[in-house]
Amino acid sequence: MIFLSLFITFFQIGLFGFGGGYGMLSLIQHEVVINHHWMTAGDFTDIVAISQMTPGPVGINTATYAGYTALQNEGASELLCILGSVTATFALVFPTTILMLLISRYFMKYKDNASVRLVLDSLRPAVVGLLAAATLLLMTKENFGSYSDDAVGFIFSVGLFVLTFVCTKFFKVGPIKMIGVCALLGLGFTWLTGGFCA
Amino acid sequence: MTNLYWESFRTFFKIGLFTFGGGYAMIPLIEAEIVDKKHWISKEEFMDLLAIAQSCPGVFAINISIFIGYRLRGVKGGISCAVGTALPSFLIILLIALFFHQFKENPYVAALFRGIRPAVVALIAVPTFNMAKKAKLNKFSIWIPVVSALLIWLCGVSPILIILAAGFAGFFVGKAKRRKADREEKEGEV
Repeated sequence: MIFLSLFITFFQIGLFGFGGGYGMLSLIQHEVVINHHWMTAGDFTDIVAISQMTPGPVGINTATYAGYTALQNEGASELLCILGSVTATFALVFPTTILMLLISRYFMKYKDNASVRLVLDSLRPAVVGLLAAATLLLMTKENFGSYSDDAVGFIFSVGLFVLTFVCTKFFKVGPIKMIGVCALLGLGFTWLTGGFCA
Repeated sequence: MTNLYWESFRTFFKIGLFTFGGGYAMIPLIEAEIVDKKHWISKEEFMDLLAIAQSCPGVFAINISIFIGYRLRGVKGGISCAVGTALPSFLIILLIALFFHQFKENPYVAALFRGIRPAVVALIAVPTFNMAKKAKLNKFSIWIPVVSALLIWLCGVSPILIILAAGFAGFFVGKAKRRKADREEKEGEV
């Protein structure tokens, strides 16, 4: 029953997704690509790309799209795919909605609780590890090509990675701008290497 | 005369619709609308809410909107704000998902995404370093992210397990530290 496992999966992701949208990506990727095989690493990367280019929180966007794709790859009808994205999105926000409402009610009590602070502070280094793992897990053949099959294409991909990294980290270029630039470079590269003639 | 549920839903719907770049990009917009324009909560309260929402799991922007909605109209207010924030992204993504697979095979679209994919991986790599800086890692805590990443990457350990382990470890280590501090304090008094 895919709807039930979608719900359970995204419920867990919502509950344990510390560190904002990016921290959550590591969890989503682990569940939907590695654990449940609902999609490939390439599918997932496309979804993240689209989630970053569209408005709204990246976590919501990714969950909505992943729910849809999971059903689509099972060969389900469009209506069921839509139901899949409703299930994933609802399950993602459900646990924290309850948590936030509880915290709102007992706001002051929580705020001064030293143990809670302790747990949260100690999560930070682990979230750094989660993000690093998400990056490493996405360095696949699907996203970069392979050096032995197409050396020029592989070097081109690595070049785009380095370019984006340097521009965002050191020159504070916005992610949407970077995605746009790299999309055009990808188009230009494919054209130059005769990818459209075949 | 105006219904506050509808008003808050509409406000957050607008914010959700017009912010690109994820939850953190929403903060200045939320502040401008909720604190400066509508005066629903004070600036100090907003800062407190931000700090808490940031340390909680889940989608940051949704967490913030629930807090604000709850302040305005209790549980129902919280839910209407959360739905307002999530709905625009949900609808837009659904629309794209419905049609994207038809274009995926198109060679031009494939070429565009060929360039986009390595860029997206880099966009995930950057916050890794930014967050490492924020976590103030020292020579004792630096191994936590390294080991966590290797366990997930090479051994296929679930990130959820890592989060649980880190939380428990932090709790017990912290408690032991506090007990030690208490004991020293008592000895000092004697």
